[in-house]
Amino acid sequence: MSPTGETDGAARAEEPAGTAGRRAPTVADFTTANEVRWCPGCGDHAILSTMRGLLPALGVAPENTVVVSGIGCSSRLPYYLDTYGMHSIHGRAPTFATGVSINRPDLSVWVVTGDGDALSIGGNHLIHALRRNVNLKILLFNNHIYGLTKGQFSPASKVGTVSPSSPHGSLDYPFNPIALALGAGATFVARTIDTDRRHLTATLTAAAAHKGAALVEIRQGCPTFNAIPRQPRGSGDAAASVEADPASPELGPVRLSPGLPIVFGPNDQWGIVRDPNTGELAVGNGGDARVVVHDPGTQNSTYAYALARLAETALGEPPIGIYRSVSQPSFDQLFQERLATARPGGRGELRTLLTGSDSWVVAG
Amino acid sequence: MPTDQLPERPDGVRRLENVVIRFAGDSGDGMQLTGDRFGAQAAAIGNDVATLPNYPAEIRAPSGTVAGVSSYQLHIADHDITTPGDQPDVLVAMNPAALRANVTELRPGGVIILDTDAFTELGLDKAGYEVDPLTDGSLEAYQLFAINLTALASAAVADHNLKRKDAARTKNMYALGLVSWMFSQPIEDTVEYLRKRFASKPDVQAANIAALRAGWIYGETTEAFASVYEVKPAALPPGTYRHMKGNKGIAYGLVAAAHQAGMPLFLGAYPITPASEVLHELSALTSYDVRSFQAEDEIAAIGAAIGGSFAGMLGVTVTSGPGMALKSEAIGLAVIMELPLVIVNVQRGGPSTGLPTKTEQSDLLQALYGRHGEAPLPVIAARSPADGFDSALEAARIALAYRTPVILLSDSYIANGSEPWRVPELDELPNIGIELATEPNAVDEVGNPVFLPYARDPATLARPLAIPGTPGLAHRIGGLEKQDLTGAVSYDPDNHDLMIRTRQSKIDGVDVPPLEVDDPAGPPGSGADVLVIGWGSTWGPIGEACRQVRAEGLKVAQAHLRHIAPLPANLTSVLSEYHTVLVPEMNLGQLAGHLRRETLIDTVGYNQTRGMPFRVAELASVITRVIQGIDDADTPEKAVGDVTSRLAGAKAGAGTGSTVTHSDAIREAGR
Ligand SMILES: Cc1ncc(C[n+]2csc(CCOP(=O)(O)OP(=O)(O)O)c2C)c(N)n1
Ligand code: SF4
Ligand SMILES: [Mg+2]
Repeated sequence: MSPTGETDGAARAEEPAGTAGRRAPTVADFTTANEVRWCPGCGDHAILSTMRGLLPALGVAPENTVVVSGIGCSSRLPYYLDTYGMHSIHGRAPTFATGVSINRPDLSVWVVTGDGDALSIGGNHLIHALRRNVNLKILLFNNHIYGLTKGQFSPASKVGTVSPSSPHGSLDYPFNPIALALGAGATFVARTIDTDRRHLTATLTAAAAHKGAALVEIRQGCPTFNAIPRQPRGSGDAAASVEADPASPELGPVRLSPGLPIVFGPNDQWGIVRDPNTGELAVGNGGDARVVVHDPGTQNSTYAYALARLAETALGEPPIGIYRSVSQPSFDQLFQERLATARPGGRGELRTLLTGSDSWVVAG
Repeated sequence: MPTDQLPERPDGVRRLENVVIRFAGDSGDGMQLTGDRFGAQAAAIGNDVATLPNYPAEIRAPSGTVAGVSSYQLHIADHDITTPGDQPDVLVAMNPAALRANVTELRPGGVIILDTDAFTELGLDKAGYEVDPLTDGSLEAYQLFAINLTALASAAVADHNLKRKDAARTKNMYALGLVSWMFSQPIEDTVEYLRKRFASKPDVQAANIAALRAGWIYGETTEAFASVYEVKPAALPPGTYRHMKGNKGIAYGLVAAAHQAGMPLFLGAYPITPASEVLHELSALTSYDVRSFQAEDEIAAIGAAIGGSFAGMLGVTVTSGPGMALKSEAIGLAVIMELPLVIVNVQRGGPSTGLPTKTEQSDLLQALYGRHGEAPLPVIAARSPADGFDSALEAARIALAYRTPVILLSDSYIANGSEPWRVPELDELPNIGIELATEPNAVDEVGNPVFLPYARDPATLARPLAIPGTPGLAHRIGGLEKQDLTGAVSYDPDNHDLMIRTRQSKIDGVDVPPLEVDDPAGPPGSGADVLVIGWGSTWGPIGEACRQVRAEGLKVAQAHLRHIAPLPANLTSVLSEYHTVLVPEMNLGQLAGHLRRETLIDTVGYNQTRGMPFRVAELASVITRVIQGIDDADTPEKAVGDVTSRLAGAKAGAGTGSTVTHSDAIREAGR
């Protein structure tokens, strides 16, 4: 089934939580009474429950949290979180969220979007929110399919995806959301996966702490239309049977940890190495001295981009973790500073503005 | 007013009641600035002024060609006027193309001032003149002043270290100085203006001022003109006045609205002619707590504005037709979410890119009906440049009071035109602030306080607004149908029907002042038989045409619609008091159709889409013919021709398209 509806949109006005003098917010404070209507086994359930667990820990009161979504299965999420929320129109969530965020620096603003919502109809808004570095936490639920409209291929689907609108296999080359975000100049880019709650929590926590636009691609399973291959296993515990092939999906995704060499496979037998001559990344031997130490703080995004691209060809599953996290003033901050410096003595006098310097008086 | 009609005063200055002057030149000749300054000077001495800029869509159309001509027409008067005038009395032509493009509209006997230096073989050729009009006698019907303006201006600025080309460019200021002298206008305000404008370029500043003064002195010393003219100040009601353009008026109206609502103004916009200037104006007003955001497209612009409204700002977006088309889905969202929002559409010629710099009123039906689903919203229209201010305030008032998007229609003519505007005292402005919800407004079945975001004020049907940051009132809104009261997602058929009717009733119930009729002959039913009704920028031409018709001894009534949705409650009863209702529009009858739908009254349409405002004389003759049609045979419909005959006329080569167009363009709306 595809989700169809929810029950309760009104606020429950019990004791408010989360600001000074009040008790610390709990999972219940962030949970609405609405019946959650995603298919059983849908990855969205896991992401929702992670969010409900995560938000109270961030120390932001529910009323200071705003969740804006587009349209899609994933975009129903705001109805299940007891915060201010807007379930907007297809692809445009970043635009509404931008209007909220830049005007209200006191709020924590999240965008929930799908691969169709963000990469297809809303591609333009996504790249512009990222390039402006608007202080939004953008959660891109990537199930590589249009779920809500019953399973058509999306801009994230592999070439050859068989779907109702591509019965003979899709012809389009897909977007790599990480590479796209890096190309747009995003200051925080990460990938995580619905099946690994700890990784998901850690990644979203890091995104929440980032000042500026944070894009988190969450690989999400859609058992109804597209069960994408995903194995949450760590790098060291893969079965001996996959020893021979670093590109085997059985290995699970490579994990990127800041400050640690990127090694993976049984006994860390493989690693990502950098060719000193070309700067290119490749899969090599885990013991190689050229194995890259992961540093998402590198200003130049070439490294993160190469890592994102390498995954498409040389690895069974794309690496998860933070690809890039650099600091740059957010658009929100610059926007507010501009307002503050423009009116050092408070708001200008309206009558002075209206009268201007070119007026004249007609005597009575 | 033909300049030879009034007697010369003993001091050699002729008094004029009004005069229409058109400055025309190449796009690069600075005619917009010249006209703008002349208008400001006239306004400053107390004349009533109405202006009509007209320029090509291309930034640099081929120079010297008719396509590249830019012009600026001003009507200045010693009495109240509402249009930029039909025909110029004075034409300033900076090159042959400007002469060619404009001379046919000049009043016979009118004055032509032209720059002989531009009348070279190449210049004539580019303008398409085979014979030099200065020598072939074709200008005999006019008073011609052929002056070597470029050479004179260049000589006047010789001391200012400019390149030859730059020196020649001061010819517009030279011409302005000369025409200012001719019309007894002081130029000191313009000197001040040039000082500021070119503060960072001292040579250019000094040269322009020198050229301006030299032009003035040339007039005084050479006795080039037989007469000097003067237009006395108009009797305006007392107050502080300002020369106001429509776009700026709207921008200021929005700032005033935010001020009067006690909210910050947040604009989301994407540049588009002729609306960009509102974005420019508001972007410069950061110090008045105006927040302006240039988005990546019109969808993002309205999205951000809606987000701003949700967050407690007065959200505004400004665009023109093509941008309106892009915004329609988001407008529907604002309708169902019931958030305040002001959407300004400065209309231009359409469809598609159409005529980007020309005026039209063809987006009315788009504003009224251009959304999917039952998505009603209030639509109001500004009638003149100065009215931009009041209309913007009114749009914001309705948006806030009823929690609804409101479309404010302007057009290119209002946007770029200007007129004196009386600066309001702050205590004259309405208070349009609203109360945001801060407390729960109901209790649930077990007695816990709850917030119902879709409970309604019984008087206005407006819902409570709780903005993020308000403890205890967190709630979700969105595009899915809302359960009455709770705002929960609901697929219930009866609820959907209820909500559709509720949203419609809310808009139908917006308080709109009654329609007023201007008829010196008496109130509806006992005055004129013919009512002329319009909306938007046709207000000025319709009003002047009615005054002209009355001056001929005929009776005619005028009414103007500011609120088009909802319509004034007395509309049907007013219209039914008249034998004939005439609806002139710069479209093919959009208001006429809407009126028929809403009142079941058939009207007579008069329609044109030439990208220019109606001419007063043209409307006056139409009104006269409609009135006489009644007098003759009691059948007003007979007064009009139709498109077929026009096309036939054009095919038969009966004059140029435009003449045929005017005389026969009345279209019977009621078929
Ligand atoms: C303007 C518009 N076009 C199309 C749709 C139909 N539509 C709704 S959701 C969707 C795709 C959603 O895909 P995705 O963003 O990947 O979300 P998912 O359902 O997979 O979570 C489409 C095409 C729409 N609602 N609005
Ligand atoms: S994403 Fe797939 S599994 Fe999840 S609710 Fe939608 S259709 Fe069902
Ligand atoms: Mg999807």
